Amino acid sequence: MTDATLAQAGRNRAGRSQWADVWDQFKTHRGALLGMGFFIFVSLLVIFGPWLWDIPPNYIDIRAKNQGPSLAHPMGTDQLGRDTFAQVLAGGRVSLLVGVTAMALSLVLGTLVGVLAGYFKRLDGPLMRLTDLFLALPLLPLLLVIIMLFRDTLRAAFGPETGIFILIVFVIGITSWMQTARIVRGDVLSLKEQEFVLAARSIGTPSHRMILRHILPNVLSPIMVSATLGIANAIITESALSFLGLGFPSDFPTWGRLLFDSTNFMTLNPERVIWPGLAISLTVLSVNYIGDGLRDALDPRIRGR
Amino acid sequence: MKYRSILMAAALAMAAAPAAQAGRGDAGNLNIIYWQAASILNPYLSGGTKDIDASALILEPLARYDENGNMVPWLVEEIPTVANGGVSEDLTTITWKIKPGIKWSDGTELTADDVVFTANYCMAPDGGCQGLAAFADVAKVEALDPLTVKITFDKPKPFPYGPFVGATTPIIQRAQFENCVGARAPECTEQNFNPIGTGPFRVVEFRANDVITMEANPNFRDPDKPHFATLTFKGGGDAAAAARAVLETGEFDYAWNLQIDPAILSQMAQGGKGTVISAFGTAVERLMVNLTNPDPALGEKRSTLEGGPHPFLTDPAVRRALSLAIDRNLLAEVGYGAAGQATCNVVPAPAIYVSTANDECLVQDIAKANAILDEAGWMPGPDGIRQKDGVRLSILYQTSTNAVRQDTQALIKQWWSEIGVETELKNIDAAVFFGGDQSSPDTFQKFYADIEMYTNLFDGTDPETYMKSWTCEEIPSPANNWLGSNMPRYCNPEYDALWAKLAATGPLEERAEIVKQLNDMLMQDGAMIPLIHRGRVSAHANSLTGIKLNTWDSEMWNVADWDRQ
Amino acid sequence: MLNYTIRRLMFTVPVLLFISFIIFLLLDLAPNDPTGNLPMTIPPEVRQQIRESLGLDQPIWVRYLLWCKQFFINEPLNIIEQWFGIQIGDGDRLRVRSWATRSPVVDLIVERMPQTLWVVGMSYVVGIIIAIPIGVISAYRQYSWFDQAGTFISMVGFSVPTFFTGVLMIVVFSVWLGWFPSIYDTTLVVEDWSSFVQQVRQMAMPVFVLALFNAAQISRFMRASMLDNLNQDYVRTARAKGLKEKTVLLVHVLRNSLIPVVTVIALNVPQVFGGAIITEQVFKVNGLGQLLIIGIQGADIPLVQTLTFIFAVLIVLFNLIADILYGILDPRIRYD
Repeated sequence: MTDATLAQAGRNRAGRSQWADVWDQFKTHRGALLGMGFFIFVSLLVIFGPWLWDIPPNYIDIRAKNQGPSLAHPMGTDQLGRDTFAQVLAGGRVSLLVGVTAMALSLVLGTLVGVLAGYFKRLDGPLMRLTDLFLALPLLPLLLVIIMLFRDTLRAAFGPETGIFILIVFVIGITSWMQTARIVRGDVLSLKEQEFVLAARSIGTPSHRMILRHILPNVLSPIMVSATLGIANAIITESALSFLGLGFPSDFPTWGRLLFDSTNFMTLNPERVIWPGLAISLTVLSVNYIGDGLRDALDPRIRGR
Repeated sequence: MKYRSILMAAALAMAAAPAAQAGRGDAGNLNIIYWQAASILNPYLSGGTKDIDASALILEPLARYDENGNMVPWLVEEIPTVANGGVSEDLTTITWKIKPGIKWSDGTELTADDVVFTANYCMAPDGGCQGLAAFADVAKVEALDPLTVKITFDKPKPFPYGPFVGATTPIIQRAQFENCVGARAPECTEQNFNPIGTGPFRVVEFRANDVITMEANPNFRDPDKPHFATLTFKGGGDAAAAARAVLETGEFDYAWNLQIDPAILSQMAQGGKGTVISAFGTAVERLMVNLTNPDPALGEKRSTLEGGPHPFLTDPAVRRALSLAIDRNLLAEVGYGAAGQATCNVVPAPAIYVSTANDECLVQDIAKANAILDEAGWMPGPDGIRQKDGVRLSILYQTSTNAVRQDTQALIKQWWSEIGVETELKNIDAAVFFGGDQSSPDTFQKFYADIEMYTNLFDGTDPETYMKSWTCEEIPSPANNWLGSNMPRYCNPEYDALWAKLAATGPLEERAEIVKQLNDMLMQDGAMIPLIHRGRVSAHANSLTGIKLNTWDSEMWNVADWDRQ
Repeated sequence: MLNYTIRRLMFTVPVLLFISFIIFLLLDLAPNDPTGNLPMTIPPEVRQQIRESLGLDQPIWVRYLLWCKQFFINEPLNIIEQWFGIQIGDGDRLRVRSWATRSPVVDLIVERMPQTLWVVGMSYVVGIIIAIPIGVISAYRQYSWFDQAGTFISMVGFSVPTFFTGVLMIVVFSVWLGWFPSIYDTTLVVEDWSSFVQQVRQMAMPVFVLALFNAAQISRFMRASMLDNLNQDYVRTARAKGLKEKTVLLVHVLRNSLIPVVTVIALNVPQVFGGAIITEQVFKVNGLGQLLIIGIQGADIPLVQTLTFIFAVLIVLFNLIADILYGILDPRIRYD
């Protein structure tokens, strides 16, 4: 990168808003565009797909059980003759929604705790001990207690599906923020002592602006990685929850559940395993590329390149 | 060099010679896999079937049930009966005569003292003994002479074969467990992990919840048995993995309780390395019908008699329609394969107890179910769900988490939707569902749902205690801390009277007749909807011989006879 | 730094006591029950007696204090006795006993350490060894084919859960090819070449499955952190000084990029002790993870409490170590 190109880039940018710049840079990232395209495609597919493919996901046609792919069932059927394609479509709605919301919740929590603990020395001790406590809590008994205390209340307040959705997002969110918090804190500790922060502080920048302007943008890349890993984690965790009786009812498909249920049918009916597995992997991959692109686009040092 | 190898060969030949003559230990090592690992070898303190089966390799009862459910003398001369004088005329005592010459694996003699000690061990207060139910009504157990034991009951026992018969109450050695009675029982780790027994094997190394290494008992009464010199009893993983290890990779010789999708199991069996075997006992997968109102609005009175009757499940027409809408044969085929048969009775075996009065339900008849509901005045509402007087046929259907049960739930939900009944499915972690924790709303005793599904069975061949489960006093309620086994909250004085008659009746034919009547009452009053008579499924390597899958006793009951081709 | 460390260590004691109490409370509140897995033929009254014999009828604070006494006083005394071969008091102390096996929990843990350390520990070592170079190269050659392939593999590695990859490995390598055993033999003692080969064969699949998962995670953080640092001014300065590219990369950039990686590794080391529940189940390794899950399923409170508490100690300890490492990696970070 030479000064000449920098100057060139600077001229092109003249008179444009920051977000337009970010979008311009994002557009040049082929992976990010592809990832975004795929993510939108999958989202549209799971939202509108069930209208186009009108076999109900839990309709049982026992005579057609364990079938391979065919025109009637493009992804085959399961051991009760339910259409795998319809299940993948219906499952995607839940999995994407749970994955994205739970990830977002855990990111917000983790980033908040991490930044506060790293930036304010006084909060560091208590917040990090709280993190230790959450890391140490045994997950399964915790989940059982949460189910016992809140499931029926939420079910009564929001109805079976919304209530359980809130519960699942909450449970995944509050049990997976700790890693993000520790990583962000580690980075903030180091950032806080860097020259530009010292400079900003010396001109009297207030704390909240310091955090929003100088600290947060610089811890974005670990947060983006956490987001990518978090989505995968949430989709899989959701499937584990249903085994404890915490998740959605058993005839309510989700990608994680489909993958788990079909694992033992791997040799009998390989198509059943491939599709949900592929759906999860590709979604996570696309989120990863979006994250990459976003990170590059938001980094002013790269943006000009 | 040559000299030495000849010497070695000679030594080996000599070492092998007695084995070849006697047959003990000539089949090498036997590999058994239980996907639930054994956690203790003392069946009186065990956590379940896995521990009882593992300890059955070492410890033995006085008499066992064979694969057909007949009692066979094991450590005794014969089965005591009234005819041979072993059981007193008034049915209050039973006298067992131990075979002479039976030795513990440490070389000492088995005596009547050991049997008496075993009874006292289990009946000691604070011991938390698991086999206690077998000792119900036992007043005292005494040794008449070194080989004779007399058990006296509080009241006449038409079926006095509770203690020391079957896998749950084997004899433990007095000398070993003497200091482990009552509250001290759990502290005897060494004894609980390495019990001395009279059985074909003894423990070499016990790793709790992992693997047990055993070797042939040198003092076993039959000098030719067991055929295996050593035995590995591995635990862990899941049923599919255990099936794979026997049927596909051939790493193990015997796998227990393979409750997996029949399609997968038969595909694995095509590998040609092993054979899937099944046998039927008394287990029935059933729907329990909540006859009381589980409405959350009732608070404390929810699902109790005080809370009032169920809004629609007390209507016989509804229960009959629900039962008729189910295709039990299909459920058996999809979920259980060779290990399931459609049944309409809660007592499915032994044959003399089986009623044929309820066989209507064997054939699914949706049209008839619909007709019954129409006739009873349940008419489809605007959403297609039948209703009457503002009550909708909407069912909350709960069970424990288990792949087969969830498939069954899905199928039944679809059939019920075809007769205009709405179903919400719920599955609960088994440790919570069957745990009976007072604070949890999700236990099968509390039954905060309309229908719940699980399997129940009885030990041995006598259903007397089992039939007691549905008497009024067995209803779980806050008053008895939800302890009780009458989940449907079925309360019928006629039933209770008939059960009392059973407990006082001696001759087998009359008892069988009463059990049939009790069974029919339960079925016709709709306290439960039986689905599947469930068998045990196991698999063994093709090279293994002598296996007789036994559902009345431990699967390991005749392990001494097992051999390798 | 030393001051800070000592202060933190002192503060650790009340924190751990508090954590242990919260864990105990949680386990007690959880609705699963030790009699839940007993056969259905055992009547409710007998179940109630079993519960009482386990002490479940006592109030919670009595049971908690009993556990504290057993764990903090009796068990250490017992260890001292065993190590030094001396007798303290009458030696008849109540130890923390599992409800399912009725044996001392500490003995169970000691019995299971080897397989867990071998399999889970090895998988972390392998994972870190693979992940750091992949992360560095991926960042240095951003968007090269190596980076793209690495991204793809690590995303698939992370998003496909181990319950699936484990079974897939068994089907391919045990059933079809017959290369590796599908069941881990915990009684195997490595004493010669052939038993060593057998140990390697039985470790191959679980270690691979876990290492893939760990490497995926660590390499992503490594790559992101390297990318952040590669464009910093100090890198340009170092290059301008005429330092060799290798030196710039491995000394300057790598060191500054390690902070998130150190955090992730410090978070994960206690997990080695916690075992890998699913992988251990799939391959029948029967290590600490399997012990924990059986304990939880059976509501074996003393076992779960002890295991979780040891786990908590490790978490607190390794987070402290991570904090100290930050100071070493970046001397500007000060805690005083």
